[in-house]
Amino acid sequence: MKKSPAPSEVYLEGVFQLRGRDFVDAGLVSSRIKNSLKNKGVPEDTIRKIAVIAFETEINIISYAKEGTISFYLLPDRVVIEAEDSGEGIENIEMALQEGFSTADDSIREMGFGAGMGLPNIRKFSDDFEIVSEPGRGTYLKSSVMLNGNYRAKDDQDDNA
Amino acid sequence: MTTLETIVETLGLKCKCCWEKLKTEVKGGYAGDLLSDVMANSKEHDVWVTRQVHQNIVAVASLKEHAGIIIVQGAQPDSDTLAKAQKEGIPVIVTELSEFEVVGRIYKLLHEQD
Amino acid sequence: MKLSEIRKILDARVVVGEDKLDLEIKTAFSADLMSDVLAFARAGCLLITGLSNPQAVRTAYALDIAAICVCRGKTLSAKFIEIARELKIPILVTDYIMFETSGRLFREGMTGCIREVAIEEKSRAQ
Repeated sequence: MKKSPAPSEVYLEGVFQLRGRDFVDAGLVSSRIKNSLKNKGVPEDTIRKIAVIAFETEINIISYAKEGTISFYLLPDRVVIEAEDSGEGIENIEMALQEGFSTADDSIREMGFGAGMGLPNIRKFSDDFEIVSEPGRGTYLKSSVMLNGNYRAKDDQDDNA
Repeated sequence: MTTLETIVETLGLKCKCCWEKLKTEVKGGYAGDLLSDVMANSKEHDVWVTRQVHQNIVAVASLKEHAGIIIVQGAQPDSDTLAKAQKEGIPVIVTELSEFEVVGRIYKLLHEQD
Repeated sequence: MKLSEIRKILDARVVVGEDKLDLEIKTAFSADLMSDVLAFARAGCLLITGLSNPQAVRTAYALDIAAICVCRGKTLSAKFIEIARELKIPILVTDYIMFETSGRLFREGMTGCIREVAIEEKSRAQ
């Protein structure tokens, strides 16, 4: 799969492993990323966007992949969510990005997901969005939310104090 | 008596099919997106408010004898859904309003009649 | 509207958050589909849902939703309650269906946290 390079490891804040069909803890990665960004003093608006992106990414992996990882990075100007999975992949990305398009089964629908809003939501809340998929192999997704200059890392503030 | 037509006109909603059935009486309402819940709990002559758009909603509405379906939040019914609704004679109505707002207004209309 | 008033209007039980009955909530969002909540709900609102699995709590947490009202008298799992306690999100349970729940609150002056999606999208774009 052709994809742009990941951000430098220096900015890596966490990596989470997920298994397909393991719905019990769905949403946990989103909560953890949110807590971590709160502790770093990232603005609430940015955190909410990232939490939504992480949540939908998590549900996608659990619903459609065998296994996958979600990594998140905190750069000086942005937060980046990166996800890679091995699974069925996406046949037609253009279609998957349309609101309402879904290949979900009933079990996913009864969970409150599978209405074809996952990828559209991720794209909607991202300032920068990239997705590459190979049917039968897996999907790679990278999403960034900019910090708009409002953010100064807590560490920096401490230094100045 | 509150009809679908009263609701459509008062709230400024848009009917997508089965206009001829808008005179149907609405006796109550059901809001929800989980089809199994709708099957279990809704009643005949309810107007069903949802944001599900796939064609299964028509089968549910038809089976439960709903007065009609209102699809909220600007979601658009699939073409299969409309074709099936036309066949089954279930009015499908759309709106940009959120589920809470649409339900609140219909609830008020239904209770003003009391 | 205070959480205690919401409880009264909905004849609801407070499952988590007995200590937060003074919490003031002005807006609500009704949905069973969590992707819709993630797309459109706003921080500080009351989430009215018939979804009784833990994803509802985690969704509320992602968006800083003030409290959740589970309707249709659903039974909550121990896991649901445990996560709500951990994330400090008040949980009410009412036997009313979502239509009745939303209708009653609307009648008492609560408004949707978004009115129309189109307006929402425009304000987001600005």
